[in-house]
Amino acid sequence: MSSKLKYDVIVVGAGPAGLSAAIVLAKAGVRVIVIERGRLPGSKNVMGGVFYSDCMKDVLDDFPGNAPVERHVIDQRIWILDQGSSVGFNHKNESFNKKPYNCHTIFRAQFDRWLAGEAEKAGALIINSTVVKEALVENGKVIGVKTDRPQGDVFANCVIAADGVNSLFAKSLGLRKKIKPDSVAIAVKEVIGLDEKVINDRFNVKNDEGVTIEMTGSYFNGEAMAFLYTNKKSVSLGVGMVLKDVINNKVNPNDLIEHLKKHPSVAPLIEGGETKEFLAHLIPEGGYKAMPKLVGNGVMLAGDAAMMVDAIHREGSNLAITSGKLAAETYLEVSQQGGDFSEKSLSLYVKKLRDSFVLKDLKKYKGVPDLLQTNKHLLLQYPKLLNQAAFEMLNVDGVSKKDKEKLIWKTVKKEIGIGNLVKDLFKLWRNMV
Amino acid sequence: MEEYGMRLEDKLYLNGYKTDETGGSHLVIKDASVCESCELKQCLYVCACAVYEQNENTGRIEINYEACVECGTCRIACDNIDWRYPRGGFGIAYKFG
Repeated sequence: MSSKLKYDVIVVGAGPAGLSAAIVLAKAGVRVIVIERGRLPGSKNVMGGVFYSDCMKDVLDDFPGNAPVERHVIDQRIWILDQGSSVGFNHKNESFNKKPYNCHTIFRAQFDRWLAGEAEKAGALIINSTVVKEALVENGKVIGVKTDRPQGDVFANCVIAADGVNSLFAKSLGLRKKIKPDSVAIAVKEVIGLDEKVINDRFNVKNDEGVTIEMTGSYFNGEAMAFLYTNKKSVSLGVGMVLKDVINNKVNPNDLIEHLKKHPSVAPLIEGGETKEFLAHLIPEGGYKAMPKLVGNGVMLAGDAAMMVDAIHREGSNLAITSGKLAAETYLEVSQQGGDFSEKSLSLYVKKLRDSFVLKDLKKYKGVPDLLQTNKHLLLQYPKLLNQAAFEMLNVDGVSKKDKEKLIWKTVKKEIGIGNLVKDLFKLWRNMV
Repeated sequence: MEEYGMRLEDKLYLNGYKTDETGGSHLVIKDASVCESCELKQCLYVCACAVYEQNENTGRIEINYEACVECGTCRIACDNIDWRYPRGGFGIAYKFG
């Protein structure tokens, strides 16, 4: 790269946030360069696998079009796991079988590569295999980035930092504090190959219909969320645990996924499968309170770099896409008004986020991360009791149903106490509803 | 501890890596003496890919950076690790993601 490279906008990171920003900008005729450290866009990128389509409507026409999607999700299950048992809930709906499909399972290495292709078609320049080392700052304003290429300085009016959960870029600018172990979850995932027909039979679906299963509960030694998603010819099995619990409880993430594979509700679904890839990734689960400063002079943060993950609803990539799009629109509006891309003028981006579902949803659940971290029993005691109660009521052994109910209440009183039960329900109601 | 299913080494073997042989490790321990007095040694278990190992003879923490998938867990779990991205194009290259 030459030392005098100048673009209108530099996007750091070719993930959903950065690429949607690049597409919106390029379509508007803005000269935009996307700098990606992977060999190809997507080669460093990981998520569980559920992608919600709605966010694409202002980015690309006719999504999914030829996008590499796996299955559209028609059946969503939630399981509360205990040792040797589970209690579940599911929602299957024919409405999810009608186009446009609400969500698909995807593979990010393939999806992001495709999305980068769309950005190129729109006129963006994608540079791979290049690490952005730090921001170039002049008079307190970001004027470009330094890369690991020889003479690799690139200049721009504005930088959109979409470099993911670790966002060393945001850190180098002091836009965010050090990430704490209670603000992230370490998630591991395996892509497990299975015959398409086997998947259809095991999950009770046909053709490209898909199923998602979210799991939590006392089966895990800590605040953990697990998932099993169907792809065309594989399933994605994963589990994440808040890093603070991983550290304190001396949990190894690989042991955690091996433990999950052995659960009697999971094991038959993956039996005979062949692992194709092993992945690990941090999920920014700290929510609203853990978010960094979203704008600075000449810079905006989007996606995971801004901690935009709604862990309650397993949403992240849609928040990323929407934030990237809003960052791009902010750039366009500020430049139309002859703005200077200062922190003040770019604060329009924060306003746009506040008016969108992104900050509304994150704000709604702002108390949840603290609630779960300070009330360990919510995920450890209740799941156990729920499983015990279900077993008691369903196991026919000559004891009357009334006596069984008494027994369950006795256990609840002993293990939790009625006063605490009411308090817990109130806390959950306050933080979730 | 429970028995293991698939071995971690076999899982990592499935992944696509482009190891930076000339650039060397992108992970560096800032101060080895800090590790010596570290009681928890969380690096030895928080890493999904077992990048950190304690040498049985010397007691020193050794880094198998070739196995790193760049998740950043060790960076958050320990302040004594200088964590960087591998050089552009090197490191993990997921097929699925």
